[in-house]
Amino acid sequence: MTGIETKADKLTGAQIFLECLKKEGVDEIFGYPGGVILTIYEALYNCKEIKHYLVRHEQAAIHAAEGYARVTGRAGVALVTSGPGATNAITGIANAYYDGYPLVVFTGQVGSSQIGNDAFQEADIVGITRSCCKHNYLVKDVKDLSRIIKEAFHIATTGKPGPVVVDMPKDILSASTEFVWPDKIKLPGYNPNYNGHPKQISKALELLCDAERPVIIAGGGIVASEAMDELKQLADKLNVPVANTLMAKGAYPEDDPKSLGMLGMHGNFWTNHAVTNCDVLFAIGTRFNDRITGCLKRFARDAQIIHVDIDPCSINKNVKVDIPIIGDAKNVMKAMLEDFNSHEYDINYEVKQSWLEQINDWRNKRPSLECSTEKLSAVTVIKKIYEYTKDMDPIVATEVGQHQMWAAQLWKFNKPRRFVTSGGLGTMGFGFPAAMGASVALKDRLILNIAGDGSIQMNIQELATCVEYNLPVINIIINNGYLGMVRQWQEKLYDKHYSETKISGPDFVKVAEAYGARGFRVTKEDEIIPVMKEAIECKQPVFIDFVVEECEMVYPWVLAGNPLNKVLLSNSCPIN
Amino acid sequence: MQNNNKNHVISVMVKDEAGIVSRVSGLFSGRGYSIESITAAQTSEKGYARITIETSGGDADVIEQITKQLNRLIPVLKVVDLGDVESIERELILCKVLAKDEDRSEILRIAEIFGAKIIDVTPRTYTLQALGDERQIRSLIELLRPIGIRELVRSGKVGITRSNQFTNGNGKVVE
Repeated sequence: MTGIETKADKLTGAQIFLECLKKEGVDEIFGYPGGVILTIYEALYNCKEIKHYLVRHEQAAIHAAEGYARVTGRAGVALVTSGPGATNAITGIANAYYDGYPLVVFTGQVGSSQIGNDAFQEADIVGITRSCCKHNYLVKDVKDLSRIIKEAFHIATTGKPGPVVVDMPKDILSASTEFVWPDKIKLPGYNPNYNGHPKQISKALELLCDAERPVIIAGGGIVASEAMDELKQLADKLNVPVANTLMAKGAYPEDDPKSLGMLGMHGNFWTNHAVTNCDVLFAIGTRFNDRITGCLKRFARDAQIIHVDIDPCSINKNVKVDIPIIGDAKNVMKAMLEDFNSHEYDINYEVKQSWLEQINDWRNKRPSLECSTEKLSAVTVIKKIYEYTKDMDPIVATEVGQHQMWAAQLWKFNKPRRFVTSGGLGTMGFGFPAAMGASVALKDRLILNIAGDGSIQMNIQELATCVEYNLPVINIIINNGYLGMVRQWQEKLYDKHYSETKISGPDFVKVAEAYGARGFRVTKEDEIIPVMKEAIECKQPVFIDFVVEECEMVYPWVLAGNPLNKVLLSNSCPIN
Repeated sequence: MQNNNKNHVISVMVKDEAGIVSRVSGLFSGRGYSIESITAAQTSEKGYARITIETSGGDADVIEQITKQLNRLIPVLKVVDLGDVESIERELILCKVLAKDEDRSEILRIAEIFGAKIIDVTPRTYTLQALGDERQIRSLIELLRPIGIRELVRSGKVGITRSNQFTNGNGKVVE
């Protein structure tokens, strides 16, 4: 057979698994052993090319692999056992699915003959994961294993990236066959459309040139297709301001005057005003989640909408679009730039400039986010840490809640793949293991995890992993003694009935020390920088317990279901 | 006819692999789309199957999403909304009717009008086999109902396009 690389010797499924990972260039995986995948761990025992990181909970293995994928752009890989190992992985798989990051998750399965008999540690993982992964496989023949693994990596990393699950029964892993690495992938049902339709592209360009009040919304798709340069060029040439979603922080440099920052529920009010009042909206690589649109009927109410996405399902799902373009963000914007450069377009520069000035007027009216509190303010903590570390180009992971929104509002990024946060699924417990995965990928980088005292307790056990492999993740715990975001909704919408949102925690300093990590506590503003300095210099995993004001709320705030321009700017000051 | 149908019939060409029907039907339940009927069987090409789904999906936006979501499944090769093209739809029913002496000739007459066959006779029942489009099947059932339907088994709809085009094993439409 031509074009196919072969090895004469027979290998077991477990050995083939490792060979396939090597072929895919994987050298670091996250996992947790168990009965049915012992043959793989046996093969790993003598494998020098692949380093396995033993986590303390399978959910963390998947989040770590996703953190790894987010900062590198390569597929993250995790390996878990059958039954509870696999079901523990579900949240991680769903998280990567909603945010569109490439993962290949390998799960063990009971022996083929036992499937369906309710065997020990059996779970129908292909059935369970069907609706929360891009694709999944149950391997039925060891001869199919290498083809399936190759397809899994291909599917995970192309089109709209996402997680792929490969379920491997015990007997498949011990069966032997010749190792054949297919040189081609044959998936007739999978042809992601990479190039937008040329007619649609020039229509979109014309519309943008003629626009008087245009706005671009940059979504996570910009990062996935590495289209940052094209976006910047297009925005510069057409003189159009750029708003970003939570997933696109850093996709457009936030220090550029045309950057509007984040839109949506906790976005800047000037950004939300700009989107509401624009006449042409150019959305790229975003699926118009309800957290960025608010009330759909009032969203960009007067605008003609152009929507670029590689996933046809995103188009016309939530927002009705005038010019849909199905394609890869980079290719589409490249084509637009070529079209623009080779034809004479009148871009209405002055009119667009006065629109930018109008937005800046709104921007200059912004109130400070900081509130005066007796105790330490969370906003102050995050702001100070941002200013102290910004030149170190850190990776900033977050958990989910108030601290996440404050971090998104206060941290400015000029480059992507630095802000690691759970957007779509909103997974508490994501940040710490994701930061750990980022730390594995980028060994000398400063890795921060902005956490709440609620979220950090959801995967706190990973301190042991960080200590074991000396992964110097600095956890900044914004400790207000509450599930703050839920508390905030209760304060505003449920008559201050703080039902089950006051939450206690351990002494985080002692916990850190018990695990062999470093722990600090900060209660005063002037302690923030000295403690951060020491935390960074010690090069160890760190918990810093910032004891902050309980009642601080995240503003601006568009209440769920309200139009984007109906913004609460503080407890007493609504702006319409 | 087609435009008056509130239900849509969607024909889905898939790779014939384990769990494929569950993958497709799970998409419908997971996203809140209805399934009025579903049939699945192999096609003339080995390794490929066709799933025909009748949905009361509602407006054009929902049907558009259903079509796109189906296309997103990796083993799905081709999705055709038979309401969008010239097509023929058929359904097979088996119907056990109470056959009292005074009703027997009426049942036979109805069967004859609809080209239905009597495939089983017992002292108390007739079992009819009928094939037709939605309107014919609906009329037949309405006529048999007052006589006394004891059991009704429906195949669900299958459909085919009228053109000289067909979908081959690679999901490509050829002449």
